[in-house]
Amino acid sequence: MRRDLLPSAIAIIAFTVVCGLAYPLLVTGIGQVVFPGRASGSLVKRERTVVGSKLIGQDFRGRPEYFQSRPSVTGYAADGTFFNNQGPNQKKLADQLKANADAYLKQNPGTRRQDIPADAVTTSASGIDPHISRASARIQARRVARVRRMDLTRVDDLIDDNTDGRFLFFGEPGVNVLELNLALDKEQQ
Amino acid sequence: MTVAGWATIVAFVAVLTATTPLIGAYLERVYTTEGRVDRLAVRIFGQAARREQSWQSYARSVLVFSALFFGLLYLILRTQTLHPWNPTGLGSPPWDLSFNTAASFVTNTNWQYYGGETTMTYFTQMAGLTVQNFVSAAVGIAVAIAVIRGFAAHSGRSLGNFYVDVTKTLLLVLLPVSVIGALFLVSQGLIQTLGDYTTVHTLAGGDQVIARGPVASQEWIKELGTNGGGFFNVNAAHPYENSNTLTNFVLLWSILAIPAGLTLTFGRMVGSKGQGWAVFAAMMTVFVVATAIVYVAESDPTPAMHAAGLTGSNMEGKDVRFGIGSSSLFASVTTVASCGAVNASMESLSGFGGAVPMANMMTGEVIFGGVGSGLYGMLLFVLLAVFLAGLMVGRTPEFLGKKIEAREVKLVALGTLAVPLMVLAASALALAVKYGSQSIFDSGPQGFSESIYAYTSQANNNGSAFAGYTGYVQPDGNNATAYGLTFADLLGGLAMLFGRFVPLVLALAVGGSLAGKRVTPRGPGTMRTDTPTFVVLLIGTVLLVALLTFVPALFLGPIGQGLTDRLF
Repeated sequence: MRRDLLPSAIAIIAFTVVCGLAYPLLVTGIGQVVFPGRASGSLVKRERTVVGSKLIGQDFRGRPEYFQSRPSVTGYAADGTFFNNQGPNQKKLADQLKANADAYLKQNPGTRRQDIPADAVTTSASGIDPHISRASARIQARRVARVRRMDLTRVDDLIDDNTDGRFLFFGEPGVNVLELNLALDKEQQ
Repeated sequence: MTVAGWATIVAFVAVLTATTPLIGAYLERVYTTEGRVDRLAVRIFGQAARREQSWQSYARSVLVFSALFFGLLYLILRTQTLHPWNPTGLGSPPWDLSFNTAASFVTNTNWQYYGGETTMTYFTQMAGLTVQNFVSAAVGIAVAIAVIRGFAAHSGRSLGNFYVDVTKTLLLVLLPVSVIGALFLVSQGLIQTLGDYTTVHTLAGGDQVIARGPVASQEWIKELGTNGGGFFNVNAAHPYENSNTLTNFVLLWSILAIPAGLTLTFGRMVGSKGQGWAVFAAMMTVFVVATAIVYVAESDPTPAMHAAGLTGSNMEGKDVRFGIGSSSLFASVTTVASCGAVNASMESLSGFGGAVPMANMMTGEVIFGGVGSGLYGMLLFVLLAVFLAGLMVGRTPEFLGKKIEAREVKLVALGTLAVPLMVLAASALALAVKYGSQSIFDSGPQGFSESIYAYTSQANNNGSAFAGYTGYVQPDGNNATAYGLTFADLLGGLAMLFGRFVPLVLALAVGGSLAGKRVTPRGPGTMRTDTPTFVVLLIGTVLLVALLTFVPALFLGPIGQGLTDRLF
């Protein structure tokens, strides 16, 4: 026991300095120099104002001229994230889904309940999912085009421009809601 | 289900299989050749790094080393108000949560009752938690190498030197790979800054506060070391922890890279690559089946979706960029490995989709498992399988030319049954007393599943959660009035310490016991242990021990839910 105390004490100091300070600070230093924008959070500016991060979803509720993000149990908080944590057989979850579906149908009339894309009414994992599915974007496009008095085909083009594709065949393509909405605003300036 | 989803799974299996012999060979070279790092270790640790250690001596070093690190981490957690790099002025977590968290990170579990961005300073994340991500992983790998030496030894009792093994693991394996890996993650948008949380003015006219921090450096090692503790509360679902489909794939690979590679390191060190591949094949087979079940289950709507008149896949608790395929793959990878990072909400998985991660953990985390701990855990099952086969054919069981005798079999029995017993005892206690019910969030069988999941995950050093289960009440990110649920924190902490160190010491004892045995040459009557037959026997042994113990619990919880459309 005694024979191990001194070397272990040396180890916790040495390894803390190397793994806990030198390593993260080195990565921070190189990261900030080589990838300054990304290392700082991929923040997006419009004119001089920072309007968000390209990677972080935000709240567009009550603004029908914008594409809406997926439901979020945290109210799109990016400083205190958590999961919904309602299991697959919970009545509470069913109630939430029903309410979300009703709201979605009201916002996007002419859609049938069984055609609602699942991502449009379920809460995301992060609560700040920056994406919506292409199917949900196509449905919302009709509303956005109508409210903005834009050509539907032009809105659809913008959806394509702001879709983050798969890398090879990994994952799923998603439409970046913030970037799409920024593009819409820019179009109509 | 989509073609792309299945293709992702196939590609993952192919990439992992392809890198296994390379990593296996590299690790073998690291631990069987002497070089500059050996001399460096002697210079730092003096005589302690020179001696050849018996299994008892090796175990003692592991325990003292881990105990001191536990103390340091507890101290760091309790002094947060003094820390530099504390941009939001966080206070210190309470004593019970700090105990649970220190136990969690020292044991390579990374169970988290707290949310990182609302509880931990940047200093804690780096100098406390990231350090443990490295060090607990290094301890696991070092012990696995020591146990392998016992299997491989032709004479003598030495299992190597703990201090040299740990230093080599850090400097020749984990650190260099992590610098490259973390920078790759930064290039893909993972955040890496000491800057303050930032407020943005959203398009819709509101304010959004965005938590930031030195994330990429911690993210990489948390996966590579099968730790799994997220910088943020939602772990690798957070876009700053896992920004796109490429980072997701690379992170998944990094979780299983070392546990898979070690099977071949074992094969090479005992002089039979075929033996390494046999262990790999058993692990891979179970993993592929588990993954397929999750993917199929998640592709259907859940009972709650049915009730709401919805169709499609179970996207609840999943992010769009990962979709069903990459989320299912992640859920499976993170639970066969004792990683516990998640890119989707485990609690929102369907009944069968949630049963599989639980079953994965219940195997004792030996299907790849944690770095190092997965392999030495699996080697205990290998001996158990050899013993069972010996009973069936009525001859003295033998593995790699060494006789498996009463002493080894007793140690193996203890080593394979200790953790399942702990899981059952802790879950039963938590479900039976009123202190345990405070932690439960969901009603009905889901609440039962939360409890079982919590103690299965903690005792097996996994760290993923049905995250409704609460051990720390956190009002609106204001730490001053937050409090820990003492019962859950202590029981969980003890389960983690037990689940880590009991099998670890027993595995070292087995290694030490085998080291002194003479190798008898293989005769015509020797049972081959590198054949498909043995792989099947090994899988059967693992599943029997796991399933017999836990089938009733699984039926009362997730499987029961998967069989009904009822709501609770």
